[in-house]
Amino acid sequence: MNAQLLIEVSALAASFLFIYGLKRMSSPVTARSGIVVAGYGMLVAVLASFLYTFGVAEAAKPHLTTNAIIAVVALLIGVGWAWRSGKTVEMTAMPQMVALYNGMGGGSAAAIAAMVLLAVPAEGASHGSLHYLVTVFGGLIGAVSLSGSLIAWAKLDGRINKTLRMTGIQAINGSIMLATIGIGLYIVFGAGGHAPAGVTVAFFALALIFGVMMTMPIGGADMPVVISLYNAFTGLAVGLEGYVLNNPALMIAGMVVGSAGTLLTLLMAKAMNRSVSNVIFSNFGAAGDEQQGEIKGSQKPAEAGDAAVNMRYASKVIIAPGYGLAVAQAQHKLYEFVKLLQDAGVEVKFAIHPVAGRMPGHMNVLLAEAGVPYDIIYDMEDINGEFKEADVAIVIGANDTVNPAARTNKSSPIYGMPILNVDHAKQVYVVKRGQGKGYSGVENELFFADNTNLVYGDAQKVMVSMIQAIKSLDGGGH
Amino acid sequence: MEHAGTVLTGFVALYIFMLAAFTGYEIIGRVPSILHTPLMSGSNFVHGIVVVGAIYATLNATSVLEQAIGFFGVLLGAGNAAGGYVVTERMLEMFKSSDKKPAGK
Repeated sequence: MNAQLLIEVSALAASFLFIYGLKRMSSPVTARSGIVVAGYGMLVAVLASFLYTFGVAEAAKPHLTTNAIIAVVALLIGVGWAWRSGKTVEMTAMPQMVALYNGMGGGSAAAIAAMVLLAVPAEGASHGSLHYLVTVFGGLIGAVSLSGSLIAWAKLDGRINKTLRMTGIQAINGSIMLATIGIGLYIVFGAGGHAPAGVTVAFFALALIFGVMMTMPIGGADMPVVISLYNAFTGLAVGLEGYVLNNPALMIAGMVVGSAGTLLTLLMAKAMNRSVSNVIFSNFGAAGDEQQGEIKGSQKPAEAGDAAVNMRYASKVIIAPGYGLAVAQAQHKLYEFVKLLQDAGVEVKFAIHPVAGRMPGHMNVLLAEAGVPYDIIYDMEDINGEFKEADVAIVIGANDTVNPAARTNKSSPIYGMPILNVDHAKQVYVVKRGQGKGYSGVENELFFADNTNLVYGDAQKVMVSMIQAIKSLDGGGH
Repeated sequence: MEHAGTVLTGFVALYIFMLAAFTGYEIIGRVPSILHTPLMSGSNFVHGIVVVGAIYATLNATSVLEQAIGFFGVLLGAGNAAGGYVVTERMLEMFKSSDKKPAGK
């Protein structure tokens, strides 16, 4: 049938456009056109999918009108809701939004698996065990990704503040996982793919519970790695269900994302100097309060204006921004300040820790939003050697990513994590709201160092004072 | 759910998976870390293609239970695709270089 041919061609075109689009997304110069290209691929594939109405199975023909209406209505609601939420979400909230959309994809893959397993097998059309094994496996991963991503979203969005920690939780999680796999194997080999509906529902319910239980003990600081991992999970689930549905576009897109997501997860975990299994199975930060060493010295305050003037007459300033900058919505004021420094002939660079913000690269997005050009923004590896040449390093809203304890203090929970060497600069300013600890709950030795001064206050107000200080200085000189 | 078109045997499927996995690995391996967030979001968008599978399965539903699951499957998949696209596009739109002309490295 011609409809079938059209579907095949559109799937091929979509696969090509996805890969080409992702490729273009890997350079900041072409990135925006990349997502547009991939978007066309999606549009083509979704429109063509309605041609499936011409090829439905005999048993489904009486229901076709209802089914088509269901599909169209669900599509419109899903697109409408996501389009609006995506347009309005704050850039600071981007990680949890990505987590949410990702979980939805996993849920969709799980739904496909459920429909395949619940369908009444047509006469004479029997599939082998492999078919159902792949279905069940993809469904399991998709369901875990759905509930796990929802927990990750809730945690990053501040809806769940508690981190579930109790002894024996790994034994409980292990039992849930074994039970889920057991039921899954029964569905495949015991029931030939078509177990009673109750059994199938129980399988998915357990998989969803497992996703929740697996994510609850993981602390907020580790969520980026978890989101990335679930992104890879969803990709894998989509790829597997693509095999079940005989759809190469799903297989290719899903597997590309599955492997890319796995690599991204490993890169992120490496940036935090932790292994992925360490993130998932260890109770990070649980012992944070107990093994704090005594920190000698005191925190020395400084006025924002004095700090600004000091930077105005420096020759090189490196800025280490953290999530606190974005929370205070100070990135626009910061860039205004940077432009004043640049006008005065100061060399200004931004130093970005791989996990600054709530997700690797998140800080780059937040700075880009403020108009900071990406060529004065440097990765940790590229700039760490330059701190010793810098006259001033200024830390704004960052804490754990600049804590020298990660280098020296073996008892510190963040020991071993690579950090920005801001303490090597001749003078360090830390803009900070109060005397609290960082996201991981660890005290920061940097704040007590001899060459460090703390500028207390809301980051935005501090930036405004700094801008005024420079303007009044330069204004008086002319 | 019989298909008139492509029928993939186990081994052809494995070849597709293998090549796709290498493709994904190669694409991400060379990405500068400043693009990690948009790229994660972009790959998140790409697996929104799952909505196509959900539509197919929904069109072939034969019971109310399947139709209900299909509804949520399509809804969730559509959300994944549309949301993933919008946020990725919004993020990438903001990346600019100091010079007006593109800075090729």
